[in-house]
This record gives sequence, C-alpha cells and structure tokens, in this order.
Amino acid sequence: MGERAIRAAFEGGPALVPYVVAGDPDPEATEAYVEALVRGGADVVELGLPFSEPIADGPTIESGIRRALDAGMTPSRYLDLVADLDVDVPIVTMTYYNLLFRYGDGDVEPFVADAAAAGVDGLIVPDLPVEESGPLREACEQHDLALVFIVAPTTTEDRIERIVEQASGFVYVQARLGTTGARADVSEQTYESLDRLPDADVPTAVGFGVSSGEQARAIVAGGADGVVAGSVFVDIVASGENVADRLERTAADIKAGATEASSASSVSEPERT
Amino acid sequence: MSVGTFGDYGGQYVPEALMPAVEELADAYERYVLENEDGFVDELRRHLRDFGGRPTPLQRAAALSERYGHDVYLKREDLLHGGAHKLNNALGQVLLAQYMGKERIVAETGAGQHGTATAMACAYLDVDCEIYMGRTDINRQRPNVFRMRTHDAAVNAVDAGSGTLKEAINATLRDWATNVEDTHYVIGSVVGPHPFPSMVRDFQAVISEEAREQAIEQIGDLPEAVVACAGGGSNTMGSFANFLEDESVALYAVEAGGDAITVEEETGVAPHSASLSAGEDGVLHGARTKLLQTEEGQVVESHSVSAGLDYAGVGPELAHLVDQGRVEPVHVDDDAALTAFHRLSQDEGIIPALESSHAIAYLEDADFDGPVVVTLSGRGDKDLDTVIEESERRDVAAAPSMGVFTE
Ligand SMILES: Cc1ncc(COP(=O)(O)O)c(C=O)c1O
Repeated sequence: MGERAIRAAFEGGPALVPYVVAGDPDPEATEAYVEALVRGGADVVELGLPFSEPIADGPTIESGIRRALDAGMTPSRYLDLVADLDVDVPIVTMTYYNLLFRYGDGDVEPFVADAAAAGVDGLIVPDLPVEESGPLREACEQHDLALVFIVAPTTTEDRIERIVEQASGFVYVQARLGTTGARADVSEQTYESLDRLPDADVPTAVGFGVSSGEQARAIVAGGADGVVAGSVFVDIVASGENVADRLERTAADIKAGATEASSASSVSEPERT
Repeated sequence: MSVGTFGDYGGQYVPEALMPAVEELADAYERYVLENEDGFVDELRRHLRDFGGRPTPLQRAAALSERYGHDVYLKREDLLHGGAHKLNNALGQVLLAQYMGKERIVAETGAGQHGTATAMACAYLDVDCEIYMGRTDINRQRPNVFRMRTHDAAVNAVDAGSGTLKEAINATLRDWATNVEDTHYVIGSVVGPHPFPSMVRDFQAVISEEAREQAIEQIGDLPEAVVACAGGGSNTMGSFANFLEDESVALYAVEAGGDAITVEEETGVAPHSASLSAGEDGVLHGARTKLLQTEEGQVVESHSVSAGLDYAGVGPELAHLVDQGRVEPVHVDDDAALTAFHRLSQDEGIIPALESSHAIAYLEDADFDGPVVVTLSGRGDKDLDTVIEESERRDVAAAPSMGVFTE
C-alpha cells in the first residue's frame, strides 16, 4: 500500500475519491459508510480526522467535524477505526497540522508511523503549504505515505512547479476559491487550473464543490485524472436517512459521470459555467 | 523553507489559496513599511498625528503612585482616536492595502476595538469594510457593534464554538480565502502567518517609541518595568518593542487568568485565556505558537471577562520572548481586573478597558521600586454593561451600587 497504491488507484481510469468525516456520527457508522462508498465505486477514500478549527472547510463539513468531535473522535481512535476498516482501496487522511504535531508532542513522525501501521496510505493537510512541509514530507517518505498538496486558482506558476515537484500520490486541484461545499456547476477556474498544470507524472484530482455525475464528466473531460467529492456525502450522513444506500448510489453516479467522459474518445467541449 | 520565524514559532501555516496573498503581503510589507517606498511610512505618520491624535501622553498617575509607593506612569492609548491602541495597526494596514491596490477589507474583532478601528480607518480612507465578530462578543460589546455599523461597515455574527475571537478569525480566514484576489485581511493582533506578526508589531511599536522618549524626558531615566495586557499580544509587543534592548527594563505580559488557570477536561473549556502561562506549543491561524489545547491538539474554548483577551492563542514573537526569558508572563483573574477597573475609574478619573484593567490589576501583585510604565491600551466605555452586571454578580468590593438605576 502507501503512495504507490494511490497512484495505482488512478491508473484504471478516472478515480473517484469520496470524503467523509471519521466518527460522524460514530465510528461504527463510518466503517459502514466507507464500505458503501467503495461498493459505489470509490477508488481512494479520503477520511477526515476532525480538528476543532477547520479553516479550509465550509459549513457542511464543519458540521460533520463538530458531530464527530462531540461523539468523542480523537487521533488515536481514528487510527483504530482505520485499522478496523475492511476495504481494499487506499485511505487518505485529511486533517490539520496541529493534530499531527501534537500527537508526537511537537514531532510529526510518530503520527505518520502509527498511521502507516494502521493502514493509512496518504495525507492531505490543507493548512500546510509546501514551504512548511519539510518535516512531514520526510516522515512520509520514511513510511511510504503519500503527501498530497493542493493547487488553488490563485497559485502562481512558480508555486505550481514547486508543488508538483513535491507532491506525491496525487495533486489536489482546488476547483474554486473559498472553502469546501457542494456546488452544482463547474467553475471556469477548474479548467484554467488543469490547463496550467504541467504534464507531471503525478495524477490530478479536482475537488471543492463536486457533487454530481454531470460535474464529474465535465471535470474529467477537462483533463483531470479523478474527482474528490466531500460535502455531498457529508450532507447524506447528516440527513441520517438511508445513509449507506444513498452514499453508494451517489458515489456510483459521480463515478459513472467520470468514466463516461474518459470513454468517449472525442468528447465535445463540456458546458462551461 | 519557512519564513518569518521567531525561534521555534511563527511561519506560514495557511491554505495554498492564501499563500500567494501572504507572499504578496510580505513583499509589500518589506517595500512600504520597512523601506518606506513611495513615502508610505511618512504618510502613515501624518495620518496617525492628524487623524489619530498621536502622540498620546505618558501620564503620571498620582493616586496609583501613592498607593504602591513607586511612580506609576500610564501610556494613554485610550486617548488615541477610537479609544484604543488598535488604530495604530488598523490605519497602517488599511493604508497598506490601498498602496497594494486592494479594494475590500475584512477583519475579525473580539472586543470590537479592532473592528471599530478598522471601520474608522476604512471610512476615513474610503475602502469597503466587512467585520466578523463572535456572537458572545457581539452581545457583550454592543456599543462597538453600533460604532462599526455607524462607519458603514458590514458586521457578521459568528455562531460557531463559544462565539469569541477564535471563531471570528476562522470566519475571516474563510472569507479571505474566497475573496483573496481583491481583499486584504486586516488581522487585529500580532498573530497569523508571516508577515502579520512582524508587521503588526511594527505598526504598534509607536507606543514604546513614544513611551521610551517620554520616560527619558519626564523621568530622566528608563522605567524599571513596562506592564501591558496580552490577548493576541499586539498591545504587549507594541509596548515592549523599543525596550527589548534595554536589559534593565523588565517586561511583563499580563494575561487573563479568568476564573482559574485550569482546563475542565470534560468540557474542554479553559476558564482563562493565559496561553503564554499555560499553553502548549501548537499551530493555529497560520502560525506555530503557544496554544490552549487538549492533549490531543484540539484547541479549547477560552474565557475572560474581557472580550479582547479571550483568545486561545498568542503572537509567536511573544511566545519566543517568553521562552528566552526576556518577557515574563503573569496573569490576574477576572475579579482582580474588575476591581482595578473601579479603582482607576474612582481614583484617577479614567475608565479603562477591561483588557487594560488586567495590566493595572497586576500592580497589586507586583513588587516594584522604581517608576513603572503601564500601557492603558483602551478606554472602557464599551465595557460598562459587562462591568455593572459582573460586579454585581461577583460582589466586587470596589464597585459602586447601580441597583437603583438598573431596576
Ligand atoms: C483595549 C484593548 N486592549 C488590549 C487588547 C488585547 O489585544 P492585543 O493583545 O492583541 O493587543 C484588545 C483587543 O481587542 C483591546 O481592545
């Protein structure tokens, strides 16, 4: 597993990377939800480790994080949860730097070591720009974990170069400015960002606002190797109704859109909004 | 490589979308603030004088001096336009935003003094302004909410968490990340990613620049100590900056001791805001610094009777100066601050901000011989409702009876 497993997950066609918050509403439910997402076609699962100050997340995911924290989710329980998961897709932990930092009392290596042992394959840390990532990158290399970096619409050309050079697993292309949150359209910024990415050997996945097969089709047609979708799934979890079923169906819908785009050899330009 | 560090602290821990803005700001800070390009610093000084009312006096407080048996001097930032030191920074940043060609300002506020200062500066310099404020702080700082609205700033209530400064910063960071292309975030203290901690310190350093000159002129010597209250630490860093090299001058950062220096493990609430005294190394709001947090690294809700000190973090440079032993962190509790509020109001004819009341209250615990400078960071008009209510509830000894008027 590890970084290579994540790359492999992108090789069989466009990848679906769904996100849910671990422990929302409780650890047992999360296990069932991850399994449902995998049945729906998830190629990689992004599992949120809740932090009290989720500054890169919008209201939907923030509420999921709040529910998980209220239910007692902690970094060690998170790692237990991952170890208990019975799925054979790579798991990427999405969290904020302070939790990794505190876990090892100021040293990030212990978290990375324990995460690798629990079966985590990669990390996304949205408040950690490449400039500050030295210690974490070193620990990830040591334990064969991918460290995924984000490219934003505001990212300058020379930053893109630096980011792509240092990213592993995949590059997360942020579809629009702002925070996470489900949207209906695909922003022009998505295509611009994809166009600006050099032909690197790391796959690209577009996230922030993806909620439908329609969008996934447009994004993959625009050149992405995969899509990340979070708020749409966290919304389903929040509703508490028929959750596993609906997670599976929504995942399948988004995956189908992505796959359709890649199998149509000469796609007409998707509708841009 | 991380930039803008103070020992182990500082740095730039922000989402990628903000990194280009932070880099652009660091560049502007260097050119305009440090190198005075296009006469930025001269223009700022002119505004601080003509609009802001600088210099503020260094006043010998007769009653306090008698009470403690040594000279007590008050650096009167409460007399700055708007009633708090916050204007030094707000005016500096709004002007800098203009030099950078930004069209819109967002800011967070705790006590509302930073929000009003920013709204005032925006009205004066004609820039759009939007302020985020925690719900709890809106309820306890109503006069400042109205002042911001009066200056035509939009004020957004933040309901998350305990509705104080930490949550307001989260909300403002999100707005900035959404609108970063035309918007500047005027952060209100020496916190956040580089260059904010250095830049805000430089804007506030005018406090100690004046105080040091005034002390030499009025006392004929440097003071024995400088005492200032610390929330995020802008008042503290501003009050200390020009004394850092004067080794004979002791520097005291007075934190909010709240009800007690403990953490209630069950609720995860700290009934205080003393992050320098009780915090652990962590990363919040763009910087590595000392933080009130659980063992697992979740940031806890802090408490202080004073909204402006009610924050779980603190500026990275201040954290570093504490580690180095140059600044001594001390704390006083809510009751002591309330008592000091009444004492200064009655004995000196000055109504201090509850934030500043903490600094005044520390004189009661301290053991000084020579002259001491205490920064009066702001005036307390905004706090009257809180003071009346809390003094009654806690039975604060020095409080006048208000019952007949409030029935
Ligand atoms: C009057 C006054 N003093 C002090 C503070 C504390 O903030 P800082 O420590 O950042 O100066 C505030 C913050 O709102 C304030 O309004």
